[in-house]
Amino acid sequence: MSDARKDRAGLASPHRRRLLGQGAALVGGALAGSTARAVAADDANAPPSIPDWMRAPGADVGSEPYGTPSRYERRLIRNIPKNLPQYISASSRTPLQDLDGIITPNGLFYERHHGGIPEIDPSQHRLMIHGLVETPLILSMDEIRRFPSESQIYFLECSGNPGFEAMSGRTASDLVGLVSCSEWTGVRLRTVLEEAGLKSEARWVVAEGADAAAMTRSLPIAKCLDDAMLVYSQNGERLRPQQGYPLRVLLPGYEGNMSVKWLRRLNVTAEPAYSREETSKYTDLMPDGTARQFTFVMEAKSIITRPSGTQRIARGFNEITGLAWSGHGRIRTVEVSVDDGRSWTEAQLQAPVLTRALTRFRLPWTWDGTPTTILSRATDETGYVQPYFADLTAIRGTKSFYHNNAIIPWRIAASGEVTNGFVKA
Amino acid sequence: MASSKRRVIALVMALPLLAAAAEAGPRYGLGRPATQAEIAAWDIDIDRDGRKLPPGSGSVAQGRTLFAAQCAGCHGAKGEGGSGERLVGGGGSLASGKPVKTVGSFWPYAPTLFDYIRRAMPLNAPQSLTNAEVYAVSAYVLHLNGLVPDDAVLDAAALAAIRMPNRDGFVPDPRPDVQRASR
Repeated sequence: MSDARKDRAGLASPHRRRLLGQGAALVGGALAGSTARAVAADDANAPPSIPDWMRAPGADVGSEPYGTPSRYERRLIRNIPKNLPQYISASSRTPLQDLDGIITPNGLFYERHHGGIPEIDPSQHRLMIHGLVETPLILSMDEIRRFPSESQIYFLECSGNPGFEAMSGRTASDLVGLVSCSEWTGVRLRTVLEEAGLKSEARWVVAEGADAAAMTRSLPIAKCLDDAMLVYSQNGERLRPQQGYPLRVLLPGYEGNMSVKWLRRLNVTAEPAYSREETSKYTDLMPDGTARQFTFVMEAKSIITRPSGTQRIARGFNEITGLAWSGHGRIRTVEVSVDDGRSWTEAQLQAPVLTRALTRFRLPWTWDGTPTTILSRATDETGYVQPYFADLTAIRGTKSFYHNNAIIPWRIAASGEVTNGFVKA
Repeated sequence: MASSKRRVIALVMALPLLAAAAEAGPRYGLGRPATQAEIAAWDIDIDRDGRKLPPGSGSVAQGRTLFAAQCAGCHGAKGEGGSGERLVGGGGSLASGKPVKTVGSFWPYAPTLFDYIRRAMPLNAPQSLTNAEVYAVSAYVLHLNGLVPDDAVLDAAALAAIRMPNRDGFVPDPRPDVQRASR
């Protein structure tokens, strides 16, 4: 052993070591026959070699004042659409298929901005509360952080995730990457509204962002007095600019657009604002030409993230895993079908199973190499069952764009290649 | 002075609220009262009936010039769309297989047009138009949709009086509308 180590240590050049490693792999392959893995250069640091990164000290403590992922994870980035005419009002998606657990890293949280990302100095930011209140108030960020705080884990999902006519995405992210989940810290909106004192006619709170879109949505008072939050932190650190720094609304389970970012104003009213974002947009056009308005809740949904589109699986054991969530509360069950919906098996839910949070599910599976289609189907605590795309569109047509929570099929070919089951093979 | 006044209000309110099963939580004495001038400067919300529309007026003719200079680059010379949304046409298409949602075919309330243009347009310089200019651009977009004549001049009353074709086209949320998966 010591001889072998000395010999390797004597080879100063990593290049030479790699050549030697290749030779060893070839010999090993010849010995082991067809079962040997066809790996050469990648094995330079595998047994019996001593890994390069053990032969010298690593980078200094504090060499990265704010830590970033390994250089080998640089491909793990937001899913950003190419060749848009403009990127001021657009969206980018979370790479769901490459993440584990239920918490979305802050740098990979999905984006949907309508007037770009403002750069706000928190010392100059103010929240104004006015309208049907006893005392109109102006609050600084320091003052908002002095209110009693709480932390909650909630998902946030764009209401068009995806549009009914955008079902041809290749990856899980292409299809439903406009959902993410964080631990949010802030103050109950109710606490802040009661500081101003609500008048008895108060029915809505019109929230406005301090972005170039001055994004405006009307929030129903019942939600504002229930679980709605004013949030200043996300996963332990201050909100990222893309998520509304320094202050945003968070309406658990409601369409993401209502959780107004860069919040600067709350106007308490008797009626909704009927803003452009709740008339022309974020309304759901039905086949009869009417449009559903104030469609707030994101209904139960799930997607298998592994195996999923563009991945390739091998015969034998494969864990099926994915995410489920419901704007109506907790996920009760997730069923998985490995035979295109003919039979269903209940998946394991990873604790904690939290209300209005992403829930991780898993099912052990042994693939025998037969081409098939795999599906997942969520049921929430109200008993609502995630529908098939055909059931949704039978009622809503394909022009309603928002609130598509259809079951997502992944087709698995004999080669193990996984593709979108909505796209004809 | 202002904060002592608030404390009095808080005390007065606290008595009946305590009896009413703590309808409101405790007051924390945070923030300061907003003045009416501060509220007026920040409050740009326009309701659907146009009661909060500001003074001023603008004509279709003025709007035509402004639109060509500030809007046509994205929305097209006649509002036909480009990198920005299509603003014109689509009347009667909403129940068809190819619905076209525009200001004319889909927007239910004309005052919302003023609200949105003032707060968010043009995309590269929002809140740069005067109220008179916002009235003018609103008038021109409505004219392109055949909803006001070529010689129209819009102010608060005139804009609020316009009845949009799709005013009654919106319905409440009936979900859950798909009860259970089948197949």
